[in-house]
Amino acid sequence: MSAPGSLRWFAAHEARLAWRDWAWLMTRGGRARVGAAALGFIAFLLFMHVLAYHLLSHSTTPFDSADMRALAIVTGMLALGWSAMLSQAMELVTRAFYARGDLELILTSPAATARLFAVRIGAIAATIFFMSLVMAAPFINVQAGLFGSHWLSAYLVAAALAMFAVSAAIAIVGALFAIFGARRTRLVSQIVAAVIGAAFAIGLQFAAIASFGAMAAPRFAVIESLGFARDAAVLWPARAVFGEAAPLFSLFGLGTIALASAIAIFAPRFGRLVLAAGSVTRDASKKSPRQSRFRSSSPSQALRRKEWLLLLRDPWLMSQTLMQLLYLLPAGFLLWRSFFSESGVATFLAPILIMAAGQLGGGLAWLAVSGEDAPELIATAPVATAKVLRAKTEAVLIGVGAVFVPLVLMLAAVAPFAALVAAVGVAVAAGSATAIQYWFRAQAKRSHFRRRQISSRIATFAEALSSNGWAGVGAMAVTGTWLAAVPAVVVIAILAGVWTVSPSRGSTAA
Amino acid sequence: MNDKSSPFALKIRGLVKSFERPAVDGLDLSVPAGEFYTLLGPNGAGKTTTLRMVTGLLAPDRGSIAVFGVDALTDPIGARRIMAWISDEPMLYDQLTPVEYLDFVAGLWGVDAKLAEARARDLLSWLGLSPFANERCGQFSKGMRQKLALAGALAHEPKLIILDEPFTGLDAGSSRVVKDVLRERVRAGCSVIMTTHILEVAERMADRIGVMANGRLIADGRLDELRLRAGSGDASLEDTFLALVAQDRAAA
Repeated sequence: MSAPGSLRWFAAHEARLAWRDWAWLMTRGGRARVGAAALGFIAFLLFMHVLAYHLLSHSTTPFDSADMRALAIVTGMLALGWSAMLSQAMELVTRAFYARGDLELILTSPAATARLFAVRIGAIAATIFFMSLVMAAPFINVQAGLFGSHWLSAYLVAAALAMFAVSAAIAIVGALFAIFGARRTRLVSQIVAAVIGAAFAIGLQFAAIASFGAMAAPRFAVIESLGFARDAAVLWPARAVFGEAAPLFSLFGLGTIALASAIAIFAPRFGRLVLAAGSVTRDASKKSPRQSRFRSSSPSQALRRKEWLLLLRDPWLMSQTLMQLLYLLPAGFLLWRSFFSESGVATFLAPILIMAAGQLGGGLAWLAVSGEDAPELIATAPVATAKVLRAKTEAVLIGVGAVFVPLVLMLAAVAPFAALVAAVGVAVAAGSATAIQYWFRAQAKRSHFRRRQISSRIATFAEALSSNGWAGVGAMAVTGTWLAAVPAVVVIAILAGVWTVSPSRGSTAA
Repeated sequence: MNDKSSPFALKIRGLVKSFERPAVDGLDLSVPAGEFYTLLGPNGAGKTTTLRMVTGLLAPDRGSIAVFGVDALTDPIGARRIMAWISDEPMLYDQLTPVEYLDFVAGLWGVDAKLAEARARDLLSWLGLSPFANERCGQFSKGMRQKLALAGALAHEPKLIILDEPFTGLDAGSSRVVKDVLRERVRAGCSVIMTTHILEVAERMADRIGVMANGRLIADGRLDELRLRAGSGDASLEDTFLALVAQDRAAA
C-alpha cells in the first residue's frame, strides 16, 4: 500500500478513474456490454493488422535507413503523427486546466498537489502514446513480422514523440496563459491545437501544389527535395524507427528529459493556473457586443436564429469546425491557382468539397438536433416536434450553404460542370449527414460534442461512409460518366440500411 | 374533447405510469383555477413524474389529463400554449443573454415582439436581473438562472405555472423574490402547481395541499382539513405530513 498523498497513491487514483471512465465509454455502464466491447476491440485490432499486412506486404519500396527517400517518407509520416499528437496533447492539457471535476476537493486538501499534477501530466503523455498506438501498432507489428524485429523500436520512438508532444503542449498552453490570460486561453489554445493538427498535412499539400502543381503529387517528395544530410538531427526519429541504436536511445532519453523538465517546471504552477482558470468561470461575465432587440418571429424563425447564434458563439465548436475547414484551404489555393492555368485541375475539387460538406453538416446537425441545452423548454413549447426538427435542419443546411456556396461559385467560374456536381453533392452529402443525425438523435448537452461519436457508433460510421461515398460519386460524376450512378445506389442503400436500424424509425412526432 | 370553460386548471383521472415499478398508480387530482396548489410527498412518491406527464415531457401509460379543459394528451400543443414548466435545474443557453433568451421564448410561444419586449423589461426588473440583461447566462449563479427561467415561464403569460422544487438551492433573497412573483401571479388569476420539500413554503403559500405517496394522492385539502384528517390538532404541516404518510404506510 502506498502512503496517501504520495506519487504512487495519486497514480493509482488516476489510473482507477481513467480505467473506469474508459470502461464506461466503451460499455456505457452496461455490464452485459463488456464482452461485446472486448470482442469489438479485438475485431478492430485484427482488422487493422489485416489492413496493415495488405498494405505493407505489397510494398516494393526498399525500406532501408541508408535510402534517403525512405528516410524522407518516414520523417514525413512521423511529422504528421507528431503534429496530431501535439494537437491532441494541447486539447488534453487545456481541458486539465479548465475542467473542475475533483480539483476543488484536491486543491483544498492538505495533500501536495504538485504530485497530483505531475501524475496528470504523465497520464496525458501515456494517453497520447496509447492513442497513437491504436493506429500505429498494427503497422509496427506487421512491419516487424515481415522485415525484422528491429522495427519494434518504433514503439520507443512513439513513446519519445508522445513525451516531446506533451512537453511542448504544456509549454505552449503555459505561454498562452501568460500572453492571453486565463479568460482567452481556452479558445486560443483550442484554435491553435486545431491549426497545429492540420498544419503539417496542409503545409505539405501547399508545398506540393506550389512545387508540383497538384495535391496528388507525392507528398513527402517535398521533404526529400530539401536535401538533408543523413546525420541531420531532423532525420534522427526516422533513423530510430529503422532501429539505429544511437538515434533511438538519444531520442528516448531526450524525450524523457523533456517530459521530466515539463513536470518539474509546471507541476508546481499547475494549481495556480487552474485557480486562475476557475476564477474566470466564476467572475468573468461576457457582455453581448450590442443590445439585443426583440423581433416578431414565428417559432421556426426563433429556433433558426437561436441555433445560428449558439453556433457562432460556441468557441469550442468553432475550433472543431475550423479543423475541417482548414482542410479546404489547399483546395481553395488550388482553385485560386487554376484561375491562372488551364490545367483542368478544378475538377478534382468537387469530391473534396462534397466530403467536407458531409463532415461539417454531420457535426452541425448533431449540435442542432441532439445537442440541445434546454430540451424541456423546447418540449413544453407549443410547437410540434416535427416543426422543431425541421427548423433545426434548415439552420444546419443554411449554415453549410454559407460556407460552401462561395467556393462552389468560384469553382463555377473555372469549371461550370464540376461546380454543378459539387453543388448537388454538397447538398446531398450535408443532407445525408443531417438525416443520419436526425435518425440517431439522442438528447445530450452541447458540451458532449466530442462524445457524440461514442454515443452512436453506427451513426458515426454511417456519416463517414455517406460523406466518403458521396465524394466518390462526385469524383466519378465530374468526369461525365453515368457509372457514377453505381456508387450512388450503393450509398443510398447504405443510408436505407442505416435508417432501418435507427432508433427513431417508426417514432411519431408530436 | 376540449372544454375551455372548465373551472379546473388541472384535472387528472386514472393516471398511470410505470417504470420498473409503478411510479404513478391511478392518480385522480383536480386543481381549481386561480389556486396555488402544492404537491407534497416523500422521495419517489411520483410528484415529479406526474408533473412531467402534465407538461408532456413523459407519456402516461393510462389516464387523462386536462389543462383548463384542454386535453393534454390529444391536444398537447393547445395545452402547452397555456402553461409553463420550471424544473429544479433550470436549463438555459449559456451563450445567450437574458434578453435573447426571453426573445427566443417569445418566439416559441408566438408573443408579439413589442409586447414581449415590454414584458421582458418588467420581468427582468422585477426579478432583479436588469443589470445582467445583456450578459451571457453561462456565468450566472443558480439563483439568477432560476429567476431567469421563471421570467421565461412568465413571458408568455401562462394560465397555469407548474414548478418542480423551485426553491432548491436558492438563497433567502432569491427565494423571497420567487415567492413574491408567484403570489402576484395567483392574485392576477393565474394557477400555480408546485412540488416542494420545504414544508414551511407550502404552509405559507398554498391554498390547498396534496400529499402523494406510492404514486397515489393520499390526502388533499386546506391545511386545517389535512390536520383534521391526520388527527394532528394544531400541529405544523411537517407533523401533519409525517402523520399522513405514516397512516398510509400502516394501511398498506
